[in-house]
Amino acid sequence: MKSADIRALVTAVVCIVLAALVPFVFNGYWLSIALTAMMYIALSTSWALFSGPTHYISLASGAFFGVGGYLVATGMSDYNQSFWLMMFVAAIAATVLAGLIGLATLRLSGVYFVIFTLGLAEMIRNLVSWVQNNFLGSRGLYVLTDFTEAHIYWMLLTVASAVFIFGWLVERSRLGFALKIIGNDETVARHVGINTAWTKVVLFMSTGFFAALVGAIIAPRYSYIEPNLVFSPELSFLVVIMALLGGTHRLWGPLLGVIPFTLIWEAISIWIPNFTTLFLGIAFLTIVYFVPNGFVGLLEKTRGSRGVKAGS
Amino acid sequence: MDILISGLLLGGTYVLIALGLNLQYGVARIMNLANGEMLVLGALASFWMFVSSAVSPLLTLILVIPLAFIGNWLIYRLLLIPLVRRARHQGQLEVDSILATFGMSFVLVGIMVALHGEYFTYSFLARPITILQSTVALNRLVAFGFAVLIGALLVLWLNYSRAGMAVRAVAVDPASARLVGINVEKISALAFAVGGSVAAVAGVLISTFITLDASVGVIFTMKALIIIIMGGVGDVRGAIVAALILGLVETLVATLIDPGLTLASAYLIFLLVLLFKPQGLFGRAQT
Amino acid sequence: MNTATNNPGLTRSGKPAARIASGRTLLEVQSVSKAFGGLLAVDDLSFSVREGEVLGIVGPNGSGKTTVMNLVSGVFSVSSGEIYLDGQDLTAVPAHKIARAGVARTFQLVKVLPGLSTIDNVIAGAVFARRRRWGSEAKSHARNLLDRVGLGGRQTQPVSSLTYIDQKRVELARALAGDPQILLLDEWLAGLNPSELQTGMELVQSLSDEGRTIILVEHVMDAIRSLCDRCIVVNSGRLIAEGTPSAVLSDPAVIAAYLGEEHD
Ligand SMILES: Nc1ncnc2c1ncn2[C@@H]1O[C@H](COP(=O)(O)OP(=O)(O)OP(=O)(O)O)[C@@H](O)[C@H]1O
Ligand SMILES: [Mg+2]
Repeated sequence: MKSADIRALVTAVVCIVLAALVPFVFNGYWLSIALTAMMYIALSTSWALFSGPTHYISLASGAFFGVGGYLVATGMSDYNQSFWLMMFVAAIAATVLAGLIGLATLRLSGVYFVIFTLGLAEMIRNLVSWVQNNFLGSRGLYVLTDFTEAHIYWMLLTVASAVFIFGWLVERSRLGFALKIIGNDETVARHVGINTAWTKVVLFMSTGFFAALVGAIIAPRYSYIEPNLVFSPELSFLVVIMALLGGTHRLWGPLLGVIPFTLIWEAISIWIPNFTTLFLGIAFLTIVYFVPNGFVGLLEKTRGSRGVKAGS
Repeated sequence: MDILISGLLLGGTYVLIALGLNLQYGVARIMNLANGEMLVLGALASFWMFVSSAVSPLLTLILVIPLAFIGNWLIYRLLLIPLVRRARHQGQLEVDSILATFGMSFVLVGIMVALHGEYFTYSFLARPITILQSTVALNRLVAFGFAVLIGALLVLWLNYSRAGMAVRAVAVDPASARLVGINVEKISALAFAVGGSVAAVAGVLISTFITLDASVGVIFTMKALIIIIMGGVGDVRGAIVAALILGLVETLVATLIDPGLTLASAYLIFLLVLLFKPQGLFGRAQT
Repeated sequence: MNTATNNPGLTRSGKPAARIASGRTLLEVQSVSKAFGGLLAVDDLSFSVREGEVLGIVGPNGSGKTTVMNLVSGVFSVSSGEIYLDGQDLTAVPAHKIARAGVARTFQLVKVLPGLSTIDNVIAGAVFARRRRWGSEAKSHARNLLDRVGLGGRQTQPVSSLTYIDQKRVELARALAGDPQILLLDEWLAGLNPSELQTGMELVQSLSDEGRTIILVEHVMDAIRSLCDRCIVVNSGRLIAEGTPSAVLSDPAVIAAYLGEEHD
């Protein structure tokens, strides 16, 4: 038990150090791919912390990501605030937003929740565009910093590491145990004294926090921000696909989905851009029909069957 | 007054969309997130027939209904039954069907974009006519008329035919329905197929007065879902009232404030329903 | 009032009769009703349970027994009436707070947590309820409880690999894990074979001997006779009799309610 913990810790530290070295080895195109992958690692892992145990499929990542990017942009462009302050404000704002959404929807069945989050990014984008066009004047928003791709990459790595630490702590806490019980049987959870609504809301708020943070950090990469760019429903779906593809019942599961999927997605976007939607659909169907427990599930299954063979 | 009438006319087609999805969710227990794509397929068929051979959308209906029925029946049989069978509990079926129908929705959008990536614009019965001192386009009125007709046929079918009775029995309680000798799987497939055809019909009708494109389905799915939740799952009367409310509010917001805020207004309604009436407008508190 | 103490023949061994008589009222159910649409499942029902008492609830199928349990434990809220636990109003309180106040239960259709090991199923009951334990304390507590219900040595087994009967034991251990003030057992003895029934009854008896307060919903009349201090009979959601098990079970109104039902 103890030694397994230590081994996990060492592996994690080695992985983080290796990941931190990436900008020294790659630059240009491959660094930008690594950056995208790092962004999805943070987003998908954080998503899976909530959606894995509870089975509530959240499509709100795009909305929170957008809140992060947009607030940084408007704060820096319109109000002359510093990037760091706005990053903080954005993360807090998205956490509060997630809390409100959670309180309204997480008491109810999972279907209501998916539906509510499905159009959320689009709805907020409409609202923001409307406010911008009618009250603020539709100027473009500029995010001018002296961050390089490498800087952004390291910041994302920090967020991703924070997500992993958070997940590791949750898994060992009462909160994580409560979440596991809720995922098994919500009625039982209530009857052993778990405040199920609150537990779900807290975890959902954490996804809002991290997604907004990622959105805020990515903003300087675009330098010119408009609502259509940052409130992307597609991002929500990609996060879900990558997490499920990797497997949500292990902390490191989504990682296994993000890396191959980012590469494939990149290739498709370049070579056959008209087929991205079709490909998203195929990815969803593949997950449901062929890898319902993700790559982690496949791994464990092959390892398990080998174990059985060895035992018999 | 203008707002009232165009709101009601829009609501009429929403009723149809919601009835279709209600059949799929209430009876077959599948939250079909590809429902909007069925609608867009109907619209695309209608657009094609009109542009290529000048066939009236109302005639296209005759073609679309059986095709959509067969297509949806096959989807249920081939893709969804395996999920129903493997699900250990309702929650798992819910998650699986959400993901699978998302997949289907993207695949359909992908295919439609490949087939016709632009707007489906054509002009059918775009004549203004005056009723109750306000002017509306004839196509809206005709679409509304057909929506009412088909909705009424559907309600009659549900209430007075043998199959309709079985459908309602499965909606209430699949286990008891099985006990009285109803083939639940078959009835669910039937309900799913009928629900899909209704969506396609709605698509044909809507395409006569709204310009659609291949990727717009999800908006209609959202609206249908909001209507169903507002009206109460399986509640036909609730769905009708909810659809009319949504149609009215959207028209109101679009004309008085900004057309860009229709989705936001739909969300506002959704939020109010979730907060105050999560069991639906006419639902009883708790079951 | 007609209680076990007035009928020495029914006072069970091990429990000091005086304590039952003097026990204060722990649970108070006051004219509670519950309607499901047009169906009145519980109809103006009142009863109380004193500390240390075992109260039986009997009645034909569909008479509303489980619904009473559901109302007390907060699955549903009452349509009218009030429920107090130790003077604290539980009427409109959510289920998790009721559990924290000290109400624990088992379910008629056993509900285990299929994805968790046997011992984690029991720990689940220990972490969030009235008396909270965590870490190694929770673990050793759960281990003791598993021993107690006869599942020692099965801790690491996935709970889904256990038999139905053993899952019921896990459920009991889970309910006990939070040191509840009152334990609601909904047909916990149903479906056991004669020797299992004997063990099960001894287990419930030993819980009662510790001074635990228990509400026992049962169709097994032998269990009601030997375990309960007092018993109420419901029919169509209404209280039709109350008293010692032997008095109640020979009441003509009760026999009439059960007529046509099998009973032993
Ligand atoms: N959630 C519910 N919704 C609607 N009706 C319900 C619900 N729960 C119970 N009922 C109805 O309330 C009545 C009482 O049911 P209940 O389960 O309390 O009976 P019971 O006495 O426990 O029966 P049994 O001995 O068979 O367990 C029944 O008619 C039942 O159909
Ligand atoms: Mg019962």
